[in-house]
Amino acid sequence: MSSCSGGDEKAGMDRRGLLQSAGAFAATILAPGVTLYAFGGGEAEAFQARPPEEPASSRQRWGLLIDLNKCSTGCNACVTACKDYNGWQDTGRADIDPQWIRKVTLKDPQTGVERSAPVMCQHCASPPCVDVCPTGASMKRADGIVLVNKHVCIGCRYCMMACPYKARSFIHEDESDQKVNNPSGKGTVEGCTLCVDRIDAGQRPACVEACAKEGGALIFGDLKDPQSEISQALRKLPSKKLRADLGVDPGVQYANLT
Amino acid sequence: MRFLSKLLVAVLLLVGAAITLPGGSAGSVLGGSTAWAADEGAGRTPVPHPAHGKGDHCVMPTEFMRRNHMLMMYAHRQDVLVEGIRTTKFNISGCVNCHAVKGEDGQPVSFDDPKHFCRTCHTYAAVQIDCFECHNSKPQASDKSAAKSDDLGADGADAAKMAAFLRETKK
Repeated sequence: MSSCSGGDEKAGMDRRGLLQSAGAFAATILAPGVTLYAFGGGEAEAFQARPPEEPASSRQRWGLLIDLNKCSTGCNACVTACKDYNGWQDTGRADIDPQWIRKVTLKDPQTGVERSAPVMCQHCASPPCVDVCPTGASMKRADGIVLVNKHVCIGCRYCMMACPYKARSFIHEDESDQKVNNPSGKGTVEGCTLCVDRIDAGQRPACVEACAKEGGALIFGDLKDPQSEISQALRKLPSKKLRADLGVDPGVQYANLT
Repeated sequence: MRFLSKLLVAVLLLVGAAITLPGGSAGSVLGGSTAWAADEGAGRTPVPHPAHGKGDHCVMPTEFMRRNHMLMMYAHRQDVLVEGIRTTKFNISGCVNCHAVKGEDGQPVSFDDPKHFCRTCHTYAAVQIDCFECHNSKPQASDKSAAKSDDLGADGADAAKMAAFLRETKK
């Protein structure tokens, strides 16, 4: 069996190491100096939303570019904004805490260089979670957003096993007072939706909005539109995909990872 | 043998007709509840009385909604989640907002309360619904997806068209 480390050797991390540090880091960080933002209600459109009766189409592919030079270790604004908007929270049991998005520290053991990066569902073009789902609940929308259709999810958690980024969480307890934009209940799997309801309303995801007020490390946009902010930034910045060797073609890319 | 096969065909035809006839006569989606009303008038059957929603009428005529709300919601959830079609007419949050029932404390009740709009009928009919295991059963102030008042312009022709469509998709 060959080593399973891939595109991230320079950061001194193989997959296991990356994910282990992810768990440990998320469990210990206490979000110092985090600002809470309220969303919804009178927010301006960041881009032209398609008409409500028009389905999502493959003419677009939504993605994120994360510039790690602008992402600071202490900042947790994206995580807090996601929790706030989508209504998930820590359960008090670190091993079953939902993590739609988490901050991960990467350290090169040779040079000691540290990087802090948010990791969430990478919205793969060939998502392994969709391949393994026995009911078709794990699905990729036409515009590239990978979602869980909780109406048909049976909670088998195959997708959680299949995901190389540990991006999915299982809901272990009964939920109450769920957000209208994110209905969720016990016995189903959930994960980053790229704030699909906001995108359909012409708004950027909650994490991107929050980050814009902090470091501005997150750039959201249409990867298929050469004029979009993200496409222009991708042409300028050398970027990497996490575990590019797997060939799942993530829609989330990282600039200045090493 | 030939006689036997002819007999079989005749029996099958008869059974087919017997199935089709009541189906055809009772198949009118819009006229199905006259028996209900008559029964109640005669005091024979206790019927549920769900609270009225806000405004003059529902997104579709009441008789239509009574028979088909589950199909509309089923179709709508596929549209929204899988296709990304974000029309609001058949949104569950629209139902919850418009049909909110206030409890003794003046606050809208949740699905745990027997007075909740959906429970009034579903308890009566002993039909379990799982919607509120995930969806919020109380109206949300920040909700932007509730049906607007100008969405409520459905007329009989619209409903008949929808009923025809549903019969078609059921086949």
